[in-house]
Amino acid sequence: MFRCTRSDAAIAGAIAMAMAMSPARVEAHLNSTGLGPVYDGAVHLLLSPEDLVPAFALALLAGLRGVRHGRSTLFALPAAWLLGGLVGIAAGSGSGTTTTVVSLLVLGTLVASDARLSLTMLTLLAVSLGLVHGFVNGVGMRPFGVGVQALIGLAAALFVLTALVVAFVVQLRQSWSRMAVRVLGSWIAASGLLMLGWVVHARS
Amino acid sequence: MRTPEKLLRRLLPLLLATLWWTQTLFAHAQHGESASFRTGFQHPVSGFDHVLAMMAVGLWGAQLGAPAIWLLPVAFPMVMAMGGMLGLMGVPLPGTEIGIAASAILLGSAVMLELRPPHVVAAAVVTFFAIFHGYAHGAELPPGQNGLVYSMGFVIATGCLHAIGISVGVIHRWSWGQTLLRTAGGAVAGAGAFFMWRALY
Repeated sequence: MFRCTRSDAAIAGAIAMAMAMSPARVEAHLNSTGLGPVYDGAVHLLLSPEDLVPAFALALLAGLRGVRHGRSTLFALPAAWLLGGLVGIAAGSGSGTTTTVVSLLVLGTLVASDARLSLTMLTLLAVSLGLVHGFVNGVGMRPFGVGVQALIGLAAALFVLTALVVAFVVQLRQSWSRMAVRVLGSWIAASGLLMLGWVVHARS
Repeated sequence: MRTPEKLLRRLLPLLLATLWWTQTLFAHAQHGESASFRTGFQHPVSGFDHVLAMMAVGLWGAQLGAPAIWLLPVAFPMVMAMGGMLGLMGVPLPGTEIGIAASAILLGSAVMLELRPPHVVAAAVVTFFAIFHGYAHGAELPPGQNGLVYSMGFVIATGCLHAIGISVGVIHRWSWGQTLLRTAGGAVAGAGAFFMWRALY
């Protein structure tokens, strides 16, 4: 058990006194600093349904297919997203609306139909999704100068999200719970269809 | 051992209650998005005809049992969204209100008579009417909303109505429950007849 002697207390008291005598400006509330580029990137994913929902759908699909598919997606998706983002920052211009619609439609339909994709196909899908969405993110981040650090934060958040969702879905054994995941997929595809309607509506 | 299924069972009522209780969150600058989700979520539950038909889908699914109990809620949102897309695109679909009223009459009657057609036929009937429900909502979407968040709210609310129908339909395992479900089906069909009368006159 830890015992505090009188000399320990004196040293601790001296350090505390020294710190109190030299106050520095506290940035604890982050109103002036923001969260910092890494955390801004992580939060961007969580607050952007157009990126969050497709990533969530891919994790559901990987979880339905099993552990090997989940592991592959866990590493392929964040890595490709990071790579796409770097390309987007370096040279990009473009809009993400069409990307979102296609991602929601394709991934939602695959989850709803419980598509039995091979490991190679799913990895290719993860890489494609990561590259395209990462590219759009990189283009969007370029004017703000948050760049690479934000992308690292985003990729880290993506890794955690994929790990949590895959780990949850991969354990589901009862048919009703797997079917609930497929219902979620149909909701995602339906949102994509409505989104397509919105896009056409806005352009007409 | 706590399985994911047990966790789901415990969390689902809480999740549904939270979704039902949606409030606008102004914690960050993009407050328009939470307003869009709330608007989208409230839209399907604001029309009594839609609510009755959606719950009838769930009730009928529960009566038919597996795989219809899952097939109908998977197929319905996708076809309904297709109808919503047509509405947003401005594609004309005459007789929308009549189609919605007819859906309440037919689905209510199916529950009341406990009809058991082949699953493909049941899915075809439900998805046919889903187009009318989706179209009506698509044509009425308010301007200035975030499309994706609104759509998600809209689809999730419809899914919750199905879930309520399926949950209520669990009473089908008891004889008194079967009678109660048939009575509920009759009530839905009666309400559908009223909606039809209102649509025609």
